[in-house]
Amino acid sequence: MTGTRSARSAGMHRLHQLWRSGMNHFVTVLAVVSTVLVLVPLVAILGYLIYKGASSLNLAFFTHVPAPVGEAGGGMANAIVGSGVILGLASLIGVPVGIAAGVYLAEYGHGTHLGNLVRFTADVLNGVPAIVMGISVYALIVAMQHHFSGFAGGVALAIMMVPTITRTTEEMLATVPHAIREAALGLGIPKWRTVMSISLRTASPGIITGCMLAFARVAGETAPLLFTAFGNQFWSFNLNEPIAALPLQIYVYAVSPYDEWHRLAWAGALVLIVMIMTAVTLVRIFANRGALKGGH
Amino acid sequence: MIQSGFVKLPEMAVPPEDDGPVAELVPAPAAAPSPIRAFLHQRSAGRWADGAFGGLMLVCALSIFAIVLLIVFVLVKNSQLSIHAFGWKFFTGSSWDPVSGDFGALPFIYGTVLSSVLAVAMAVPLSLCVAIFLLEICPRPLRTPIAFLTELLAAIPSVVYGLWAVFVLVPLMRDQVGPVLEKWLGWTGLFAEPNFGVGMLTASVILAIMIFPVISSISRDVMKAVPIHQREAALALGATRWEMLRMSVLRNSRLGIVGAVILGLGRALGETMAVTMVIGNHPEISKNLFAPGYTLASVIANEFSEATGDLYLSALIEIGLALFLVTIVVNAIARLLVWAVTRGESVRAV
Repeated sequence: MTGTRSARSAGMHRLHQLWRSGMNHFVTVLAVVSTVLVLVPLVAILGYLIYKGASSLNLAFFTHVPAPVGEAGGGMANAIVGSGVILGLASLIGVPVGIAAGVYLAEYGHGTHLGNLVRFTADVLNGVPAIVMGISVYALIVAMQHHFSGFAGGVALAIMMVPTITRTTEEMLATVPHAIREAALGLGIPKWRTVMSISLRTASPGIITGCMLAFARVAGETAPLLFTAFGNQFWSFNLNEPIAALPLQIYVYAVSPYDEWHRLAWAGALVLIVMIMTAVTLVRIFANRGALKGGH
Repeated sequence: MIQSGFVKLPEMAVPPEDDGPVAELVPAPAAAPSPIRAFLHQRSAGRWADGAFGGLMLVCALSIFAIVLLIVFVLVKNSQLSIHAFGWKFFTGSSWDPVSGDFGALPFIYGTVLSSVLAVAMAVPLSLCVAIFLLEICPRPLRTPIAFLTELLAAIPSVVYGLWAVFVLVPLMRDQVGPVLEKWLGWTGLFAEPNFGVGMLTASVILAIMIFPVISSISRDVMKAVPIHQREAALALGATRWEMLRMSVLRNSRLGIVGAVILGLGRALGETMAVTMVIGNHPEISKNLFAPGYTLASVIANEFSEATGDLYLSALIEIGLALFLVTIVVNAIARLLVWAVTRGESVRAV
C-alpha cells in the first residue's frame, strides 16, 4: 500500500482491492444468513406452539380440572387460576417494594454509598438463578411451615420481580427533569407529595413498562415454584396450601409418558405464551410513547 | 436541600404587582410570615410525613440488601452438614450415591460448564452477526420487526423451550443431525453411538437458542454506543463496511461484547427447566456429546423434592450455594465490562 508504483505491485494492489470487497460481501452475506438462521428456530417454536396448542385447546381446558391418568378430557382451569393467584400475590408484594426501592435510589440515595450498595445488590439479586431462589424460599418459608404453600411461591416470584422494577423505576425517575421537581418544591409542596404526584406521575409510563416486563418474566418461571407452590390437581385458592400453577403443570405434563397430557401441555404452553406476549406487546406500546409523553 | 433555597424567595411573601424586572433569587434573612406560608405549612401536614415517607423508601431499598443476605445465610446454614462431611472433596468427588450417602458434585460441574460453554460457542458468532446485521446492514423498515422478533425469543419461558425441545429438537437431533455428525466427525470420539436424542449436545443447542437474545441485544447496545465519528473516520479513509466495522465498531466495543458474552454464560449456567428436560439427567463424565449428562441446576430440580435424609438435602443445597456464588461472580464481571463501555448509559434490562 505504501507508495508502490511498479506494474507488479499494481497487480497486487488490484488483488488486494478484490480481497477487500470480497471480504466485505462475505461478511454481509454471513450476517444475513445468520439472521435467517436465528429466525428459523423462533418461527419454528412459535409456529409449532400455535399449531399444536390451538389444535388441543378447547373450552374444557379453561373450565375443567385435570382428569385422572388414562381418562380423556380435563383441563387446566385450576392451574390458570392458581397462576393468577400466585402472580397476584407476587405483584402485590413485588411492585410496591420494587418501586419504593427505585424511588429511594433516584430521589434519596443518589450518589451515596448506601445507594450504590443497594443498586449492586439489586443487580446481584437479578442474577440469582431461579432454581436457587426456589431452594432459598423453601428453606426460609416451606421448611419453617413444614408444608408447601402458594404463599411461598408468591414470595419467591415477588423477590424475582423486585430488582427489575427497582432498576427501571430508578432509570425512569432519572429522566424526569429537575426543573419540575424544583417547581413543585418551590411552591412549598412537601417532598413526599412531590415524589408521588410529580416524579412518579411523570415517569409512570416507563415504570409501568418495568412492572410489566418483570411480570412477564416471572409469569413463565417454573423453577422457583417447584419446591414452594408445588402444584396440585384440584381447585385450590388457599394460599396456605400447595397450589397449582400453569408453568408447573406444563412441566409435569411434558415429562409424563401420556399423549393426552402432552396435548394439554401444548395447550397450556400456548395460553402461557399468549399471556406473556400480550404483556410484552403492551410494554412495546408503552415504551414507544416515551417516558414523558403520558401520565397526564 | 433544593427546598431551602426556594422557599425563602422574597416574592413569595410580597408578590410583585407590576410587570417590572423579575426579582433576583436573593435568600431573605428570615422567612417572612404570610398567610400563604401559613396555609402551605398547614397543608404540608407537618414534617413527620416527609420523614416517614423517606424512611419507608429506605426500608424498601434496604430490604433488597436484606434479601440477598438472607439467601446467602440460609444457603450456608442449610449446607453446613454437607460442608463439614465432605469439605473441598465435594467438588472433586465424582460419585453421587444417595443410598450410601456419598456425594461428589464433579459430574454436575462438568455438565454445567460443558453445556454452557458449548452453548456460548454456538450462540456468540450468530449473535454478533445478527447484531451487525441489525445495526449496519438491515434495511430500515425491517429493523424494528426483526429486533422485536429476536427479543420475543427472550420472552418465551424456559419450560416452553423445554417442551419444544422434548418434542421437536430431540427427534431432530436423534434422526437427522446425529447421524450426520457421527458420520463426518465420529472419529473425534465426540459423537459416538448410542444417540437417543437427549444428552449434552441437545441441551447445549436449546441453551444456545435461549441465550442468543441476551448476547445479541446487549452487544447491539454496546456497538451502538461507539461514537458515530469513529465510523465516519474509517469510512472517510476509504474503508469498506466490514473494515469500518472491524476497525472502529468491533475494536471499540470489544470489552462490552465480552461482557455480553459473559452475561449470556451466566444465564446458561443457571438455566434449569429446559436443560433438565433434555439433558438426560445421568451423572456421568463423558466426552461423548450424545451421552446424557446432568447439571448443577437440574440435579436440584430433579432430586430436591424427593431427597430423603438430611445429608442428601444438605448436599443439594450446597450445590445451590455453589451455583449462586458462581453466577454472582460471572454476572459481576459481565456488568462491569458492559458498564465500562456504555459508561452508565442505560442498557436494556435483561
